[in-house]
Amino acid sequence: MVVTSVQQQMQQSFQTHVDENLLLDCMRCGFCLSSCPTYLHMEQDEAQSPRGRIALMKAVRDGLVPFDASIEHSFDLCLGCRACEPACPAGVQYGALIEQTREAVQEVKRSSFVEKTTRNIVFDRLFVEQKNMERAVSLLHLYQKTGLQKVVRKIGFLNLFPKHLKTMEASLPAVAKKVQPLKQAKSATMKVAFFTGCLMDTLYRETNDKTVSLLRMLGVEVVIPDQQSCCGALHGHSGELKRGKQNLIHNVELFDSDDYTYIVNNAGGCGAFLKEYEKHLSSDKRYHEKAIRFSEKTIDISSLLVKAGLLEYLATLPQQVKKTVVTYQDSCHLRNVNKVFNEPRMILQALPNVQFKELPSANTCCGSAGIYNLLQPALAGEILTTKMTTIKALEPAVVVTANPGCLLQIQAGIHKEQLGSSIQAAHIVDFLYNSIANYSKIS
Amino acid sequence: MNNIAIEKITEIIGEKYVKSSTAQLLAYSYDATANFQRLPELVISPQSTEEIAEVLKICNNYNVPIIPRGSGTNLAAGTVPYDGGVVILFNRMNQILNFDKENLTITVQPGIISENLCQFVEAHGLFYPPDPSSMKISTIGGNVSENSGGLRGLKYGVTKDYVKGLQVVLPNGDILETGGKLAKDVAGYDLTSLFVGAEGTLGVVTAITLKLIPLPSYKMTSIAYFQSLEDAARTVSNIIASKIIPVTLEFLDKKTIIAVEQFMKIGLSTDVEAMLLLEQDGEKHQVEQDIHEMVRIAKEHGALFTQIAQDEQEAEQIKTARRVALSALAKLKPTVILEDATVPRSELAKMVKKINDISEKHRVNIATFGHAGDGNLHPTCLTDLRDEEEMHRVEVAFEEIFEAALELGGTITGEHGVGEMKAPYLEWKIGSVGIAVMKNIKQAFDPNNIMNPGKLFAKETKKRVVVHGGN
Ligand SMILES: Cc1cc2nc3c(=O)[nH]c(=O)nc-3n(C[C@H](O)[C@H](O)[C@H](O)COP(=O)(O)OP(=O)(O)OC[C@H]3O[C@@H](n4cnc5c(N)ncnc54)[C@H](O)[C@@H]3O)c2cc1C
Ligand code: SF4
Ligand code: SF4
Repeated sequence: MVVTSVQQQMQQSFQTHVDENLLLDCMRCGFCLSSCPTYLHMEQDEAQSPRGRIALMKAVRDGLVPFDASIEHSFDLCLGCRACEPACPAGVQYGALIEQTREAVQEVKRSSFVEKTTRNIVFDRLFVEQKNMERAVSLLHLYQKTGLQKVVRKIGFLNLFPKHLKTMEASLPAVAKKVQPLKQAKSATMKVAFFTGCLMDTLYRETNDKTVSLLRMLGVEVVIPDQQSCCGALHGHSGELKRGKQNLIHNVELFDSDDYTYIVNNAGGCGAFLKEYEKHLSSDKRYHEKAIRFSEKTIDISSLLVKAGLLEYLATLPQQVKKTVVTYQDSCHLRNVNKVFNEPRMILQALPNVQFKELPSANTCCGSAGIYNLLQPALAGEILTTKMTTIKALEPAVVVTANPGCLLQIQAGIHKEQLGSSIQAAHIVDFLYNSIANYSKIS
Repeated sequence: MNNIAIEKITEIIGEKYVKSSTAQLLAYSYDATANFQRLPELVISPQSTEEIAEVLKICNNYNVPIIPRGSGTNLAAGTVPYDGGVVILFNRMNQILNFDKENLTITVQPGIISENLCQFVEAHGLFYPPDPSSMKISTIGGNVSENSGGLRGLKYGVTKDYVKGLQVVLPNGDILETGGKLAKDVAGYDLTSLFVGAEGTLGVVTAITLKLIPLPSYKMTSIAYFQSLEDAARTVSNIIASKIIPVTLEFLDKKTIIAVEQFMKIGLSTDVEAMLLLEQDGEKHQVEQDIHEMVRIAKEHGALFTQIAQDEQEAEQIKTARRVALSALAKLKPTVILEDATVPRSELAKMVKKINDISEKHRVNIATFGHAGDGNLHPTCLTDLRDEEEMHRVEVAFEEIFEAALELGGTITGEHGVGEMKAPYLEWKIGSVGIAVMKNIKQAFDPNNIMNPGKLFAKETKKRVVVHGGN
């Protein structure tokens, strides 16, 4: 029977890809449940929990249940936010397991048409070559610049698209402006390489320029190696690691130099994946060594700024009377994988023009999660609504984020709730740069 | 399962709250017990006592097994379906129904998470002491049904000491109210106690009234390390003998200490044989006096060194070390089987030694930790269920451990309950008369055996082995 053979293929694919030892690490204690946004948002449905998903992986692998749409749905709904990992007392590597699972599923399953199209555009075109991304983005710029955007919105062209895409479109950033370099405050002390990231280097070009400017201000010499590849995170998280592997190897080679003390990035999602290159290339004899070096040197922008003396610099600035109420939404990957959550808060607290307020459950996912909000708009929307409710209650003027996906998502939330006049969302680099730049104007 | 029964249940609960997809059935086919898994036929999330009563009537009519499930953190396979049936969840029944500060009681629905309840009452200066290590995720309904204990059991007792009243739906759909807020009430049989620890075999608990006490104002925590298990055990006996009842008196053996330290890196000493964790709460003056006295007793009985936590953070870290013991051990091997043997406090040293001898004899890796003050030990076997031959040796070793506990005047479970896992051993503890009485009680409430069948009572009792302790 055809059906059985697909089942067998799936089981086999799980046996090939999903590491049984990692599965057995889970002792089913349930400690991870209360940290999982999908479990909490779906009325504590065990099938939407880390423990449930791990049990499903094992059951498919063992042939205990047939792989069907309900099981696939459970895997699809996982945000990959990895909030379950720090919560797990047994140290289960959930991130690796879900990636392996997605790879196993992708290998067997022919994707549905819509998904396949999105996938092909995203994985084979947009995110493989920087050029494609640039082209897509310049189109966008043209579209924004020429006023076409307004016209298009007016005639309701966008109604032809699913609603969530419309919201996303509305929150895309405006065309980049030229960034004024900040005055150097310290003489050069270290040299770092900048991993620019594809979204960050196109949609958020300005943020990247500001990143460089901030680092130079603190006396860090920044090199931007040419011809960088997309980090591969979106591939990895969606079971397309094979398609993404070439990117990893390319980057590991490109950045392999003793010249750099660190390899810095300013996108939480990319940063986490870069930190795990070492794992993803562990079976590759030729590149593993280099990947280890690469991962060890990887650092996020907030941590590097703190290391380079930003806090000391900020302390020299006189306090400002009028302070902006600012809060911070963690990037899941930056927090749960790279374990960076203090540094961004330390920076914001040290800014003389800021009154920092901690966002309750800042550590829970906003629903962005790579292209999750494109593939699972309904749940992503609900998660975002919850997030916006906490944000509204806190009444900040600015929500600072550390990842382009989160930034877009929070902006979409602000737009959806029509809060644009009272709340802004900003990348930590932009916010920091603007504060310092403004400051020098004022004083 | 009968289609008409499914239809009728769906009508009562509403389609949205009835689950039957492969993924959902699978997700409710296990709990925290290693090596037990079977699928239910339906999973439902009722919203009220009345809905549950209606469902039970149908299940009773159609002979459909019903398995109540809190968070599925129990360690006795108590929520693993035995032969299909309906898993009933309380995720939509997690409200506080009544908070009575005057009578110091709180009435809640069964689905509330234990830690949330504790935090709620503590915010009002009150205290609900039972704190199973799983409290972050376990439900009150589960705690009541397992009669759970915790780190504070020595001084404050276990769940049953706080349950004052219950609302229970019986298998025939009748709604029973037992006990209440009264401080004294001796009218008839103590039905409340009957349902505490009944593991969902007599009825579905739908509301719980709990006693609260004032929150102690001050706490101090300390640890003591020992070169021998006997020294640690003698310290425990002597602390109690000198009339100090600490809130917490916990024990970790060498293997557990090493595992915890590897996992948490909090600076525990790993070149010792045993560690005690001591905590006292109450008035500041008394607490200080007790802690210093306990530390003195520990030193007098051979403690290598002791350490008093300097602040709340350090104290919390030490307690976390104990709370994560099981998880830390779980990291070491694919399968962890945690047992729950309990002996009188005076026999603690003998029991620990027996466990070690038995594990050596059968060449299985067993680490031990537990509530020393209660005599409640958790011998924990690290193994791999893919290794059938070793699994067999593990089983035999545990049989001998239960046997040894009983010989020392102990029991086969101190807090985790019987469930399906311990069912073959229940008769060892309570005897054939005990089993007969319990079966009659079960029959009186649940003549069709629909409430969590296959739990407590096994088809067959295991043959007792003869333990040649120590040789
Ligand atoms: C890491 C870890 C640490 C633990 N530490 C402790 C500890 O220190 N002390 C301790 O005592 N236990 C401990 N346990 C065991 C377990 O957490 C407790 O038994 C807990 O009370 C179970 O709660 P639950 O909500 O998960 O219930 P479940 O596991 O879902 O159910 C437990 C039993 O109660 C029944 N039940 C649940 N709700 C109802 C209801 N409303 N009506 C009728 N029956 C119901 C079920 O049918 C089942 O038989 C631990 C478990 C783990 C995994
Ligand atoms: S916390 Fe870890 S060990 Fe426990 S159920 Fe979740 S993944 Fe498994
Ligand atoms: S990665 Fe996030 S969404 Fe997925 S199981 Fe873990 S906590 Fe839940």
